[in-house]
Amino acid sequence: MRIFLYLSLLIFIAACNSKPAGLPILSKQHEVDGKLVYDTIPSFSFINQDSQIIDKSTVAGKAYITDFFFISCPTICPIMQQNMLSIQNRFLEEDKLLLISHSIDPKRDSVVRLKQYAVNLGAVPDKWHMVTGKKDEIYEIADDYFNLVLEDPTLPDGFDHSGRLILVDQNAHIRAYCNGTDSTAVKAFISSIETFLHDEID
Amino acid sequence: MKLISVLFTTMVFIFLSACDTNPYKHGEIMYQNFCASCHMDDGTGLEGNIPPLAGADYITQHRSNLACIIRYGMQDTISVNGIIYNNAMPGVPQLTDFEIANILNYINHSWGNDYGFVTIDEVRASLEKCKQ
Ligand code: HEC
Repeated sequence: MRIFLYLSLLIFIAACNSKPAGLPILSKQHEVDGKLVYDTIPSFSFINQDSQIIDKSTVAGKAYITDFFFISCPTICPIMQQNMLSIQNRFLEEDKLLLISHSIDPKRDSVVRLKQYAVNLGAVPDKWHMVTGKKDEIYEIADDYFNLVLEDPTLPDGFDHSGRLILVDQNAHIRAYCNGTDSTAVKAFISSIETFLHDEID
Repeated sequence: MKLISVLFTTMVFIFLSACDTNPYKHGEIMYQNFCASCHMDDGTGLEGNIPPLAGADYITQHRSNLACIIRYGMQDTISVNGIIYNNAMPGVPQLTDFEIANILNYINHSWGNDYGFVTIDEVRASLEKCKQ
């Protein structure tokens, strides 16, 4: 009997403890003049499937969803990219939201291959950028996006990479992320994007 | 008392496993491990890049090549349900003839597919043709 009392108390507490609206900033912090400030995504310069330069000016005043993949990836990328595709299509009309997928295999994923891949997938030009660039720069920025990318020839992929999808806001802060292969997590991520757009963009 | 609950749990287990009528369980597990990352759990593939296995005309038209595709992979330009695909599929050389047959039977009887039963002899005959 007592257990039920405790249980209902717990449920009650959990129900009261619903989060306030708005997404927190998840970026790491560092100290500047004794004050803590949030890290921002550093500047970058990559090339997309249409040979356009993609840099900070592309995302100025916009939020974007980003991930790391490669075309011939046999493990987690197809499902991540399928989830990116549904995010693109869910927010197609939202011009303040872009998508950027970084190839971690710039040797094989040339601009021409990326173009073919993007067209086949149904990536909308100027909405979803498939980018390549200098390998070191891509691997370094992965770290800023909470993604791990390492070359590891012993793995079936040839790469060790985490499949996170990341929401970056118009101030270059990370606001939400999820495991891009987990459909429940992706659903929650999509509702975070909705909350974010509703609160801060629209 | 204890004995009864043990018996009861056993019965429940037996009932549950009897209800599980999927005869291609092993093929399903192998599919999950080796194919689903690309062709997806529901056999739909990835838009324009990885062809579907669900409702795929290619499967009915190339029945005798399928075992070879699984073992050795393929890099070709193919048309599946009228859409062109040209990415590479890596082979899975470690699968045995039996495992390949089980996977094919799982595919042939899943997601609305009704493409018939593949025998082990059929798989072996196919593999003989593409032996490398
Ligand atoms: C790395 C991703 C990947 C994996 C893993 C993979 N495939 Fe494929 N599969 C492809 C691609 C890409 C093609 C198209 C190949 C081409 O165009 O030459 C394909 C083609 C096929 C085809 C012929 C076309 C069709 O859709 O009917 C079959 C059958 C097939 N795969 C079955 C399997 C099976 C069974 C497995 C697991 C043992 C598997 N594949 C694992 C990517 C993959």
